[in-house]
Amino acid sequence: MKLIFEMGGPGRGCDLIPDCKAPDCTVGLAQREKKPMLPEVSETEISRHYTELAKQAYGVNDGFYPLGSCTMKYNPKINDQAASLADFTQIHPLQAAADVQGCLEVIGEIEKALCAITGMDACTLQPAAGAHGEFTGLLVIKAYHVSRRDQKRTKIIVPDSAHGTNPASAAMAGFDVVNIPSDANGCVDLEALRAAVGENTAGLMLTNPNTVGLFDPNIAEITSIVHEAGGLCYYDGANLNAIMGIARPGDMGFDVMHLNLHKTFSTPHGGGGPGSGPVACKKFLQEFLPGIRAVKGADGYEMTRGSQTVGNVHGFYGNFLVVVRALCYIMTLGREGIPEAAEGAVLNANYMMHQLKPYYQMAYDHTCMHEFVMTLQREKHERNVSALDIAKALLDHGIHPPTMYFPLIVHEALMVEPTETESRETLDEAVKIFIEVMKQSEETPERMHEYPLAAPIGRPDEVAAARKPVVRYGRE
Amino acid sequence: MGSYIPNTRDERQQMLQDIGMSSFDELYADIPEELRCRKPLDLNPGFSELEVSRKIEAIAAKNTRFSHIFRGAGSYHHYIPAIVRQVTSKEEFVTAYTPYQAEISQGILQSIFEYQTMICELTGMDVSNASVYDGAAAAAEAVAMCRDRKRGTVVVSRSVDPKVLSVIRTYCFGSGAPLIVLPDNNGLTDIDAWSRLDQKNIACLLIQSPNYYGLIEDGAAIARVVHEAGAKLIMSCNPISLGLLKTPAECGADIAVGDGQPLGLPMGFGGPYLGYMAATKELMRKLPGRIVGQTSDAEGKRAFVLTLQAREQHIRREKASSNICSNEALCAMTAAVYLAAMGSAGLEKAAKSCMNLAHYLCGGLESLGFSRKYEGEYFHEFVTVCPCDTGELAGRLAERGYLSGLPIAEKEMLWCTTEMNSVEEIDGLLSEIKEVLA
Repeated sequence: MKLIFEMGGPGRGCDLIPDCKAPDCTVGLAQREKKPMLPEVSETEISRHYTELAKQAYGVNDGFYPLGSCTMKYNPKINDQAASLADFTQIHPLQAAADVQGCLEVIGEIEKALCAITGMDACTLQPAAGAHGEFTGLLVIKAYHVSRRDQKRTKIIVPDSAHGTNPASAAMAGFDVVNIPSDANGCVDLEALRAAVGENTAGLMLTNPNTVGLFDPNIAEITSIVHEAGGLCYYDGANLNAIMGIARPGDMGFDVMHLNLHKTFSTPHGGGGPGSGPVACKKFLQEFLPGIRAVKGADGYEMTRGSQTVGNVHGFYGNFLVVVRALCYIMTLGREGIPEAAEGAVLNANYMMHQLKPYYQMAYDHTCMHEFVMTLQREKHERNVSALDIAKALLDHGIHPPTMYFPLIVHEALMVEPTETESRETLDEAVKIFIEVMKQSEETPERMHEYPLAAPIGRPDEVAAARKPVVRYGRE
Repeated sequence: MGSYIPNTRDERQQMLQDIGMSSFDELYADIPEELRCRKPLDLNPGFSELEVSRKIEAIAAKNTRFSHIFRGAGSYHHYIPAIVRQVTSKEEFVTAYTPYQAEISQGILQSIFEYQTMICELTGMDVSNASVYDGAAAAAEAVAMCRDRKRGTVVVSRSVDPKVLSVIRTYCFGSGAPLIVLPDNNGLTDIDAWSRLDQKNIACLLIQSPNYYGLIEDGAAIARVVHEAGAKLIMSCNPISLGLLKTPAECGADIAVGDGQPLGLPMGFGGPYLGYMAATKELMRKLPGRIVGQTSDAEGKRAFVLTLQAREQHIRREKASSNICSNEALCAMTAAVYLAAMGSAGLEKAAKSCMNLAHYLCGGLESLGFSRKYEGEYFHEFVTVCPCDTGELAGRLAERGYLSGLPIAEKEMLWCTTEMNSVEEIDGLLSEIKEVLA
C-alpha cells in the first residue's frame, strides 16, 4: 500500500487553525532554509490511510495473542475513558499543587495499592516502561551502596534466563554483569549463586515466576544468600500477573522492583508503548527514589521528594495517563479480583499446556505459572522445522504467535502466555490450531518455510533491511 | 467487581478438573506456604464499572482545569485536530504489541516508518528512531551515544530546561560520566566559556533552542566551535518551532532530540509524551531503541521490519546501545497524524502564531511595567522581570481562571503562548494583571 507521502499533492491539506491577529514579527537569520517535506493530504485521505494501516495491524481485539512474557490481556475500555477525561488530559504538569489535587490523589492512591500488592513500602511512577524501571531500580541500589561508602559493590548478578533488558539496564547503571547459569529445572542454581556472590556484589536481578514460567521455590534462600553477601535483590515485575494477590515480592525478600502497568494492570501496549514501569521499594530505600511522591497532609496532597534521591528519570511524573488506567483497573478488581485474575492466568496456561503436551515438547514438564515454554528442537533436528516456521504458520490461522527464541536457555523456544481474559472456547480453538500446524509440519515439512501465505506480506528479507538500511522515505 | 475473566467460576472449576487438579492451591504448589498471601490484600473491594466511572470522575474533578493557559516550560497547550484522536484510538493500534511479527504488523511498522521520515524532515537529519520515553530521556540517551573511551565528559548548557538537565545528571550517575554545566551569558549558551574548557575529553555539548528561556541559540556558531574541539553537538528543539526556525541539521548538529508532546499529545499532567531522536547517518548504528526499515518479501512486495536489531538489548544484552524496549509508539503515531494533518504550511502557521502572540503579550506586559530579563531573539516563550512577587501574581491570576507564566524566581516569570491563545484573550489577561497590580 501507499505511503502517506505518496498520496495527495501540492496545496492539499486541512484547515485547522485561525489566522493570527497579532502583528507579524521577523525571524531573520534564524529562519529555516528548506521547508520540511510533510504530507500534503486532505482529512479524507488521512482517515482512509490510517484505516487501511489499521487493517494491517493486529491487536488484542483482533484475536488470540499468547505472546509470552508480554501479558497481552484485554484492555478494558472504562480505563481509556477515564484517561481521556478533560480534567486529566488538560492539566498542565507545572500547575500549583493546590490545583492538581485530583492528579496527586491518583498518584497517592496507586502507590498505596501497588505497595499492598507487592509488599513494598514506597513507589515512584516516573519510569515510563519496564526497562526504564529496571534502570531506575538499579540506580536506587547504586545510591544505597554509595550512601554507605560501600563503593566496591560493582557487580550485578543476572541469571542466563533473564530478559535482555536486565543485563542492559545493569550496564547502563554502570554495573558489571555477572551471568549465572540456571539449573536443570530452569531455576537459579544455588551453588552457582553462592559462588558468584561476594563483597563486590551490588545485587541480583530476578523475575519470579522466571522466564520459563516456573515459580522458583528456593526464592527465600536465594534472596538471603544475596543479602548475607551484602547485596540487594531486584525483582523484575514482568511476570507479576501470575502471582498478584497470591504471593508478594516484598515477602520473598526483594528490596526493590518494577511493575509493568502495561502488562499486569491491563493498560494497552500501543504497538510498543507508552507503557509505565513504576518502581517500588522497601522503606530503607525510599529516600533514594526519583521524582515525587504524593503525600496526604492537613491541606490535601503535597509533593515530596526523597532526601537522597537519585534525581529524575523523566521530565515530569511519568506516563500519568497510563497510571490513571491502571488505577481504574485496580479499583475494578479490588482485593478479590486481583488474585482471581492471577489464578485465571495460571489456570489458562496450564489448561493449554495440558492439551498441547501430547503434541509439543515442553521445555520443562511441570505445573507452570502464567506461561509455559515449548521447544521445537526435536522438529528442527528431525525435519528442519523451526520455532519460526511454526510461528509463521500460526499467522495464517489468525493467531498471534507465541514469543519466539526466548528465553535463550531453551533451543527453538516458543513461549505461550494465554492470560486470564481468554475464554475456554478460545483456548480450545487455539489448541486445535496448534495441533493442526504441528501435523502440517509432519506431513509437509518442506512447505513450512513458506508461511504465512494469507498475511498482507510474506516473510520480509530482514538481512537486506539491515545490510542496506532504508529508514526513511525519499532517500536511499 | 470483575476480573475480566470470561469463564464462570463453574467453568474454571471444570477446567481445573480437566487438567487433573482439584484446587487452585494445587496450581500454586511451588510457592512455599510461608510466602502465600493468606490474608486479603489491603485494598478496597472491587467496584462495578459505573462506580469506578463515578469515583474516577470525582477524583479528576478535584483538579483545576484552566481555560486560559500562558504556561509552557516543557509542556505545551496546542490544538489537537479531531482526526488525531480518532486515528490514535483505533483499537488495532492501541492494543497491539511491539511489531515483532512483521507479516501481521505492517500497519504499525509503516506508521513508524512514516513517523521517522517526518522527524527527519522536521530536523533535517538523516535517520530517526521510533521514539524514546520523553524529551529528557532522549537528551540523556543522545549524550550516551556520543561517549567513548577517549571522550567521556558531557557538557550541557545552563540554558537547557533544568528538568532535562536533571535527567541527564541521573543518567550520568549511572554511567559515571563526568558532567559539566556550561554557564549562560544573558540567557544564551556562553561560547567563550566553552573555549575555556579542557576540550580533549569532551564527548559532546547539548544545547536547547529555543532554550528554556525561550531564546533562539546561534546553533551554527556553536556547532563550529564544538566540532573544532572534536566533540559532537546535540541540539534539543521544540518540534513546533521547526516549522519556522533553522533545523539542527542546518546548524550542523550531529544529533537532534526533543519532546514531541506539542505534536498532538495533551498536556496530561506530564505524560505520556514522546522523545524524538534523529542523527546523522554516521551515528545511525549508535541510536538506541527501535528503528523501522524498508525491505521486501520474497515476491518483491514492499515490506517494513524492525531493523538494525544488533544494537538492541534482546540481542546484545549488556553490550546493547541502550536497555530500551517499550518506547512511545502510539505517541509517535499521534505525532505523525498531527504532522500529516498540519502539513508544512499548517505547521509554519502554528509556529508563526505562537511566536507572534508571544511578542504581542510581551509588548503588553512591558507597558504594564514588566521588563524582559534577556535581550535575545525569542520564539514563543520569554522571561520577564515582574514589578511584583511572581508567586503571588500566579496565585491571583489563578483565582481569575488564568494559568500565568511559570514563576522561576521571586521576580521572574517564564511566559508562553501558543496558537490556542488569541489577541483578545491576551488583552483580557493584561487587564486582569493591571487590576492585580493596582
